[in-house]
Amino acid sequence: MKKMTTALTAGVLCLTPVLALAQDSNDPIVIPIHNWSSQIVMSNVVGQILEENGNAVEYVTTDSQAVYESVRLGDVTLELEVWEGAFGASFREALGKGGIVDVGDHNAVTREDWWYPMWTKEACPGLPDWEALNDCAELFATAETGEKGRYLDGPVDWLKHGQERVAALGMDFVVVNAGSAAALWAEIGAAEADQRPIVVFNWTPNFAEAVWPGEFVEFPAWEDGCDTDPAVGPNPDALYDCGNPATGYLKKAAWEGMEEKWPSAYAVLEQVSFTNPQIAEMAKLVDIDEMEPEEAAEAWLEANPDVWQSWVN
Amino acid sequence: MSVETTSLPTQRAALSNSQIAMCFVGAAVVMTLVQYLGGLPEWLHRLPERLVPNFAGWLDAIFSFVKDDLGLLVLTRTLTEGLEWLLDASGNIFFGKRRWPFIGPIPWTAMAAVAAIVGYYLGGWRLAILGGGTMLWTALIGQWEIAMQTMSVLAIAAPLAFVIGLSLGIAAWKYAWVDYAIKPILSVLQTLPFFTYLLPAVIFFKVGPTAGAVATTIYAIPPMILMTTLGLKKVSPEVVEAGQMSGCTKFQMLRHVYLPSARTEILVGVNQVIMLCLAMVVLTAFIGMPGLGAKLLAMMGSFKLGRSFEIGVTIVLLAVMLDRMSKAWVVKQPEHFERGTPFWKRHQMLLLAVVAFVAFTLVSLVVPFFAEVGRGQDFSQGKELDNLIKAFLNIEWVKATTGFLRAFLNVQVLIPFRNFMLSIPTPAFILLIAAFALALAGRKQATYAVIFFSLVALSGWWDRAVITLYSVISAVTLAALIGLPIGIIAARSEKWAGRVLLICDTAQTFPSFVYLIPAIMLFGITDIAVIFSILIFAMVPLTRYTIEGLRTVPPEMTEAADMSGATRMQKLWKVQLPLALPTMAVGFNQAIMFAFFMVIIAAFIGTQDLGQELQRTLAGTDLGKNFVLGICVSLMALTFDLTIMKWAEDKKSALGL
Repeated sequence: MKKMTTALTAGVLCLTPVLALAQDSNDPIVIPIHNWSSQIVMSNVVGQILEENGNAVEYVTTDSQAVYESVRLGDVTLELEVWEGAFGASFREALGKGGIVDVGDHNAVTREDWWYPMWTKEACPGLPDWEALNDCAELFATAETGEKGRYLDGPVDWLKHGQERVAALGMDFVVVNAGSAAALWAEIGAAEADQRPIVVFNWTPNFAEAVWPGEFVEFPAWEDGCDTDPAVGPNPDALYDCGNPATGYLKKAAWEGMEEKWPSAYAVLEQVSFTNPQIAEMAKLVDIDEMEPEEAAEAWLEANPDVWQSWVN
Repeated sequence: MSVETTSLPTQRAALSNSQIAMCFVGAAVVMTLVQYLGGLPEWLHRLPERLVPNFAGWLDAIFSFVKDDLGLLVLTRTLTEGLEWLLDASGNIFFGKRRWPFIGPIPWTAMAAVAAIVGYYLGGWRLAILGGGTMLWTALIGQWEIAMQTMSVLAIAAPLAFVIGLSLGIAAWKYAWVDYAIKPILSVLQTLPFFTYLLPAVIFFKVGPTAGAVATTIYAIPPMILMTTLGLKKVSPEVVEAGQMSGCTKFQMLRHVYLPSARTEILVGVNQVIMLCLAMVVLTAFIGMPGLGAKLLAMMGSFKLGRSFEIGVTIVLLAVMLDRMSKAWVVKQPEHFERGTPFWKRHQMLLLAVVAFVAFTLVSLVVPFFAEVGRGQDFSQGKELDNLIKAFLNIEWVKATTGFLRAFLNVQVLIPFRNFMLSIPTPAFILLIAAFALALAGRKQATYAVIFFSLVALSGWWDRAVITLYSVISAVTLAALIGLPIGIIAARSEKWAGRVLLICDTAQTFPSFVYLIPAIMLFGITDIAVIFSILIFAMVPLTRYTIEGLRTVPPEMTEAADMSGATRMQKLWKVQLPLALPTMAVGFNQAIMFAFFMVIIAAFIGTQDLGQELQRTLAGTDLGKNFVLGICVSLMALTFDLTIMKWAEDKKSALGL
């Protein structure tokens, strides 16, 4: 009889984890992959963690803006890098339409602003101060901009307000919009060859930091209301007369049905949180060490078990 | 009063089309001058904002009605499930996706062997080397898996496009009303910018390989329909009569008489389908198509020129291989054997292929390298190529040339030209376009031109449309200045014509994204970089059709010119070029169509045209606005298409070709 009880208990105990797992659907969790390395590796890292958790995972390549519509429809289950600056607008719009939920922030800050590679500083030693930058504006002139310097802004749809800032601070710069991130890299790469001074839009964490060391230009510090109230900031009559917030969020988002369909995976996702150095390291494995993303994810997981193992339990 | 109204039409009729066109131009010039002097009221210069109808809003409403209330979404999502099943199965076979039937992936050596044998069967040793070599390159450069991801989708999308295109083509040939209904839809589909396909594909067919397959299929269908109809119309009545005499049923007629007789045209259609499918490899990566395209975008995003160049080479090799093989298939006539020939003799090649496939599969079970080229075993030269490209861009004379081009062409020519085009009042611009259509084609085309461009003006995106047009016109003009002489010189000898045509094939299939980056590194983010990248693409048809046109000039004509003692120049200018002009016009038209296609993609460099707005709509799922912008591009392209094609046709019949 006692044996029987033990056997039963053992049986129940054995089944418990199975039952707990069985709550999660067997359908694959679809993770979107975009075209920058940290996101690709992070997706693979989280994918492998979820596989460890017993879930089936599939990856799908998508456009980083159009992905929010797919998350809403449930075609894609989650999104690991929602940048405040670049995708905040798309994300908020999708939140408004419904179908997508905010799963919390990473322990990372994102910053997006005017940036220059280190060799620029040799030509314009007063940097990173913005007034010093303005004093050497003619160093940044191109055939098309005449006397004025050229500032290469991100694609228009990133809504970076470079134009407004130049006007508000009375800078001698012409703002040119690049069409894609790749276009920005191409310009920096071309400037690198002859160490030509260049000032472009850039962000962190980003692979570019490892390839081209550089710094952000220090504008008058961001204050709340700088984008809505002209009185805020040095120019009393203009909006956007200060730098971007140096601490933007990096969020995770998920399809609204995820919590119900894969509760355990959703719990893991809530725990997931990477820091700036961790993200930079993931990007480095691919961009500098030339690993394939899956391989980089394996290597990262192996090197940092203490970071992620607690998320699974 | 009554006298005036009756006399007006007779007066009009007396004026020839070109005279009316001149009047239009005159009116446009006057209007522009008045505008310069500041005398033109603002509402005549540009359509006031408040008069712009809310097309985007209406379209949005229609979309959500069709999507949700009519249940289209449910229908397409059901179709998606079937398609997904097919894609999963082919994914398993090609690259070992963990789905039914769990037999893949096929070892690369087995694929290479089969490709070589198929190549040998179709076109001898040269194609065998091309087939096997392409596979070998793909595997050794370390792109096997991503290339097979691409192929697994194309292996579904291309047959799908073939079946749908063939059926619609047969329907259009059988029933006139289908033909009438399909023609305008096809024209719009062919001119609609790619970004307009993206959003509907994602919403209706789920982001991922399914949406990629659907977008590819839709893009590849039109030439299949056109070629099928063309082939069936050409079937000679004798053959049809023979079929009827032997008592064929309707279906037998189609299956055993019409389709085999139209074999050549249908196979040309197949060739076009394959080429268009490959052209979509990179673009569909935006909506979840896995494989080469997705990898290319990722490589570009992290500034790896060398690796993205290698992927470009793989895509070109695959395209050239499939193109040459399918063309060899067109030429190859079915073999016939004597009665009683044993099975193995009739199907020698098939058996050989099966044996090689099985043998390599077995060997790969023992030698892993034969199954999969492992990590770190490939021969990719990404880093070295990076340095090579950067070194080239840093050569003194290259920099000097681009610097000069930027200072002269951009600042002195292109930017003033753009500002000039923008300074023309909208009605004057429409008059100019109408005059162009009237002078070249006729009143019908001119009417279309006025309607189409007025719609563009009504859409409220006029300035951006003009900038788009400016890029297209500048690029095509430059492309003609470079491409036509190349074509004329190349047409002189068979050898050179062959070489130049090969370069054309390469330039056309090489993914345009790969040279966006070098274009920027050469010219910066400027109009020249945009025009340069369009130029490469637009030059291809110009050169190709010039060679084609000059080669098909009837030899009697050139002989006659030789006999009458014409010099080489005289012969070229007075005989060959005039006779080749209609064909060259077709090339010119295609160059404009290619330019409209490419100018939208150039938004990735940085433009201020419709492409930039289209790119922006991708973010916010603005289906209505996305469609309005797409239609604007389509309408402008169609105006040119209708006009130039009509002109080429008129010229052709006038020359008796």
